Amino acid sequence: MVCESWKAKLDTYLDGELPEQEMRTFDAHVRSCPSCSADALTHVQMKRAIQVAGKRFTPSTDFRRRIERSIAPRPQRSFRLGWMVAAAAAVILVVGATTSTYMGTRSGRDQALRDHVYSEIADLHVATLASSSPVDVISTDRHTVKPWFQGKIPFAFNLPELQNSGFSLLGGRMTYLDQMPGAHLIYDVRKHHISVFVFQERSLSSKFPASLDENSLSPKQLPFNMETWTQGGLRYFVIGDASAADIDSLAKLFKAAS
Amino acid sequence: MSYGNKTTVYWFTLVCVPEESLPSESFEQLAMPHFERLYNFACWLTENRQEAEDLVQETYAKALKGFSSFQPGTNFRAWIYKILRNTFLTSRTGLKATSIVQLDLEGEEETLPAVKETPESILLQRSDGQLVQQALEQLPVAYREILLLCEVEEMSYQEISAALAIPMGTVMSRLSRARKTLRDGLRPRFQKG
Repeated sequence: MVCESWKAKLDTYLDGELPEQEMRTFDAHVRSCPSCSADALTHVQMKRAIQVAGKRFTPSTDFRRRIERSIAPRPQRSFRLGWMVAAAAAVILVVGATTSTYMGTRSGRDQALRDHVYSEIADLHVATLASSSPVDVISTDRHTVKPWFQGKIPFAFNLPELQNSGFSLLGGRMTYLDQMPGAHLIYDVRKHHISVFVFQERSLSSKFPASLDENSLSPKQLPFNMETWTQGGLRYFVIGDASAADIDSLAKLFKAAS
Repeated sequence: MSYGNKTTVYWFTLVCVPEESLPSESFEQLAMPHFERLYNFACWLTENRQEAEDLVQETYAKALKGFSSFQPGTNFRAWIYKILRNTFLTSRTGLKATSIVQLDLEGEEETLPAVKETPESILLQRSDGQLVQQALEQLPVAYREILLLCEVEEMSYQEISAALAIPMGTVMSRLSRARKTLRDGLRPRFQKG
């Protein structure tokens, strides 16, 4: 029956989602076909009923005020925010001072680019830990954290199994390095927080042609221990104030999982 | 029919929202017009007003924090609904709600039965809104949310696709199944009535 093919598209038609030409043809058919016209009426009634039934809950004015206050631009920075900014600024100064000394002994554009990346990573690590909500997905379960990144970053990666390793996963968040999206995971080991950053190597290498290999990094130039490597098209950074051995252990777990 | 203009309406919305060169103070101007709708949507998802308030509050906090990552020229409404939904899905209530239901036949196109006389048509003529509310409450959360986005929020398929992070084909098939499930849910209520 000809009408069957129309009826299958009836909801799409009523949602206004058919191509323009098909919409016009459907309009003409509905006007001339009593059966499709009756069906269309029923479906429109259903849409209206859902519209009415769906608009059900109204927020209180008190709650509205609370939200408005929470997102209103603040004239003065809070003590907490001020502290965070001061801490971040201090780290930038320290990293900047150490990297500039380093650059003095090894001048060159490549080294400057590398230092820029490392100091950015250090800033991201510190600024996140200073935040009142360092992670957007709070879970110790890698099977919860990994899918959370789906659709948020343009790549997938594996999280290691941590059983009996001493490390625990605290959660994750999206991050950006020079406007490139990446994953930021936070781990805990003996009360030390360690950040693991994952970015697409392709994106990084297009912006920073200099090699970011770990040999090029002098650990003395950063106030943290850090390891970085590339694997499967992804660039990993593991950074924190934990011991170099702990940083290396977590890096190995990631390398084994990838 | 007025539904034919739906796409035009949303293009109009996209064009009119001043999303280029967004200064931080414009977040409030962009976000607050969606407040009541977001709260309504949150109530339907959580089925609890207190949890809905927490969900909306967290959504606004996350959206404000991540506002610099919002890409001008893209749809703000779909962006903030996506944040709300992701926040809900990672909450305890959300994990519980989504773990119960498995949409195992999703993706398969469904042919709707050609029903001449439908119980819901008679039911709807009686304008019994409470029965429709109850039937909506009984829907799995994945069906409830897509119906609300389409019918109450009047989002285009493209916006729904962005808000739920699912392909357009899945939007159509899930919507179709949600409508069928709602109709099936209304039948026994009608028979009781």
